[in-house]
Amino acid sequence: MAMHKITLTINGEHEVVDVPSQWTLLQMLREKLALTGTKNGCTTGECGACTVMLNGAPVNSCMVLAVECDGAEIVTVEGLAHDGQLDPVQDALIEAGGVQCGFCTPGVLISARALLDRNPDPSEKEIQDALVGNLCRCTGYVRIIEGVKQAAKL
Amino acid sequence: MAIVDKVKLPSPVGESKPRLDVQEKVTGAAIYTDDIQFGPGLLHARIKRSPHPHARIKSIDISKAQELPGVKVVVTGDDFPNRIGLYLVDRHIFARDRVRFVGEPVAGVAAATEEIAEKALDLIEVEYEMLDPVFDPEFGATPEAPLIHPDMAEYARPNFIFPQEGTNISNHFKVRRGDVEGAWEQCAAIVEEKFYIPHVQHVPIEPHVAVAKFDVDGRVTLWAASQSPFAQRNLIAKTLGISESDMRVIAPYVGGGFGCKAGVTMEALPVAIASKVPGRPVKLLLTREEEFYTNFVRQALVIKLKIGCDTNGKVLAMQNTMYWDGGASTEYGVNITRAGGYNSTGPYFIPNVHTDSMCIYTNHPVGGAYRGFGMSELHTGIEQTMDILAEKIGMDKVEFRLKNCVKGGDIILTGMTMHPTGLSECIEKAAKAINWGKKEESSSPTKARGKGIALMWKAPSMPPNAGSSAEVKFNEDGTVTLSVGGQEIGQGTFTVMAQMVAGTLGIPYESVRVRGPLDTQYSPYEWQTVASRLTWSMGNAVVEAAKDAREQLLENVADHWDEDPEDLDIIDGKVISYKSENEMSVKNIGIYGLPNENDEGWKGGPIVGRGNFMPTYVTNLDAETGQGDRAVVHYTTGAQAFDIEVDLETGKIDILKAVSAFDVGRAINPELVKAQIEGGLMQGLSSAIFEQIMLEKGVMQNPSFVDYRIATTTDMPFEHEEIIVEEPQDDGPWGARGIGEHPMVPTIAALANAIYDAVGVRLEGPPLSAEKVYLAMLDAGVVD
Repeated sequence: MAMHKITLTINGEHEVVDVPSQWTLLQMLREKLALTGTKNGCTTGECGACTVMLNGAPVNSCMVLAVECDGAEIVTVEGLAHDGQLDPVQDALIEAGGVQCGFCTPGVLISARALLDRNPDPSEKEIQDALVGNLCRCTGYVRIIEGVKQAAKL
Repeated sequence: MAIVDKVKLPSPVGESKPRLDVQEKVTGAAIYTDDIQFGPGLLHARIKRSPHPHARIKSIDISKAQELPGVKVVVTGDDFPNRIGLYLVDRHIFARDRVRFVGEPVAGVAAATEEIAEKALDLIEVEYEMLDPVFDPEFGATPEAPLIHPDMAEYARPNFIFPQEGTNISNHFKVRRGDVEGAWEQCAAIVEEKFYIPHVQHVPIEPHVAVAKFDVDGRVTLWAASQSPFAQRNLIAKTLGISESDMRVIAPYVGGGFGCKAGVTMEALPVAIASKVPGRPVKLLLTREEEFYTNFVRQALVIKLKIGCDTNGKVLAMQNTMYWDGGASTEYGVNITRAGGYNSTGPYFIPNVHTDSMCIYTNHPVGGAYRGFGMSELHTGIEQTMDILAEKIGMDKVEFRLKNCVKGGDIILTGMTMHPTGLSECIEKAAKAINWGKKEESSSPTKARGKGIALMWKAPSMPPNAGSSAEVKFNEDGTVTLSVGGQEIGQGTFTVMAQMVAGTLGIPYESVRVRGPLDTQYSPYEWQTVASRLTWSMGNAVVEAAKDAREQLLENVADHWDEDPEDLDIIDGKVISYKSENEMSVKNIGIYGLPNENDEGWKGGPIVGRGNFMPTYVTNLDAETGQGDRAVVHYTTGAQAFDIEVDLETGKIDILKAVSAFDVGRAINPELVKAQIEGGLMQGLSSAIFEQIMLEKGVMQNPSFVDYRIATTTDMPFEHEEIIVEEPQDDGPWGARGIGEHPMVPTIAALANAIYDAVGVRLEGPPLSAEKVYLAMLDAGVVD
């Protein structure tokens, strides 16, 4: 098991991590750094629960090798709030009631944040399209989409 | 009740308070089972599974797997001789002698890494001898079918499950009411229909995961994504010969349940493996593929209905024959069959009823509890047949339903007297909201517009004595901590329970903490988080516990003030006296008590309020007639209606509006009720339009999110309206009853009825996919 030393920024913190070459970014976050907010729902890139931001773009972290992230900037759900203040997407999702079991929530929040970063005023269709890869079995998506709409106004 | 009655406003009960768990969940801080860190001692388990639907195990050779470096232990069915099962005790943790479905555990490995464990599976050699399989439940019920459980008669079972010896019928529930044969002659219209509702999977986003560790002294801890920590403790401990109190189940937040994390699904596997490596935690995390094909499923149903009514549209008789494809064993299947039987008229008063509800062993995946517990499947048949009958007798379908639907005071099919129910109000409101009776134009000549409605009823399906308990403890800062054994699976139960505590005690909602994770060592007992029973059952226990804490506190303060506790109240966290107008914060009193006057000692002490609840009035039903005084605790009822368009060129369904109206008794938190209705509606639509486990000779063909499609954000943009009806439940807290499962029960039927209204075709069963709808339109000559 060849190990690699990689250097990257995670939620604004500089990190140096030794990872096996075959590990995914998801494994590294959860098992090496105990950043367990990012969830593992399928490990096949289909459910979106493991979505994180990689250099500003939302990715399924189960589909990215950790070693590919050398020099990268990663944001996970743990990095959304700043100075004790929730990100507007977090506040809005709470306000809209878009959280039930919470397992898809971290991925939803990252996809929503990434959307609003590149498109601060998305249409409903653009919100649906941006979140189509984030499966949720509890909410029926109604309040999730409402939350992202509200977040765009904050 | 007196104390609750005296509680003064403002009460948080009935208000849409924000969820208690939401801050943790949006920041990634909420802990789920797989998030718990076990350190480098953790072993990873993988399971060798049967590739055959039905075969005899001739031999298993684990020697090569045992020799693989990094492998700590390999186990097989030989290591665990006892059977396990929630109702009918009919399966082994690892198969012994024979396998009965594709995916059944045959051997288990624990190794230093998942990769090594996976490699070890390939080194286990199993020799099978094929046996004739059964895939069709109707055939399975015949004497010609090969027996899947030849030893069924020996299996332990409760006295309300009726296996038929020498057959594959693991439970046969009957209703015999009135004179069905005689009634047909009085009918002006009779319809006979048959429907097939296929297997579907629960698909929580969190896969099943469980970690077990044995101490060297034989005590065991199980961490599991679990709706049922107490039931798992009970069943697993019994099977492995451990005392219940020597087994501890810790259950953090659950990332979606829908019934699949109830009872014992895969949790016994890591416990069994861990028993052979004391001191080492053993984790089993299912892959998404395993999640699809090895877990309990919503079992398929073949339902044959014959219903007749008189010239006035009064339904006189029903014959209902249900073949439930229970699969290889029956954790929940036998009780779903029972529930299907005692609810088999749907929410209608029918004087003559003949029901046979049978659970059939097949070589398919095991049937488990799934949101609605058989009711979606049953109502898919009944509510389409009622539509067909109404049309045949020439009555409006809403009028027909209002005439025949169950009302308070009716003697329902089991002989129980129906309690007051808001079903008629639900029907009227849903019909009005969908503009029932108004034929509306479609948006394009290539689309056909239609409306459909369906009703539902569902009672909590559980043993008669399923119990709840709760504990309320004061803290120094004036807050209280509530402990319960019911699980937060996303439905919002912790929030609702906190509202009940605050409302009972007279403290702000924000002053209630609910303790998690559930832990059988500390949490008060709760049967299971299933059956939409917590708001009602656990709620009653929580109210009792809060009342008890309140009484203790008020007695102490009354003594301190030399007043009568009856003159005191707690409002917004302050004890007040209506008589003397004394006032005192609840802070500290519940921990330190109060000083006597003149510094002469203290009175009171730490306050622990306790409460429990168990229904005591549910009776067994006669094995031959299904009759008894009270089959169930109560029914939640409701109606759902759709306004849709069917694309005549593709068969695709566009939903224009969905209306749901349910009688919840009392909405403790209206927004959470609406969230349950929305989520259930969407899950129902997903099962109605997209979902089916494709089984080919017992092998699931579509075990991935790509091939087993569930609804996504882009499927759900349409107008929807949720209507809450409140006809109080006499023994519910503030009149409340459950709403978790019900919203998806009528969905398939309501949509199918709308499709029929639009284009005049009906399918044998879901999924009502564009392709199937289009082909049915072709067959019927609607399109060419």
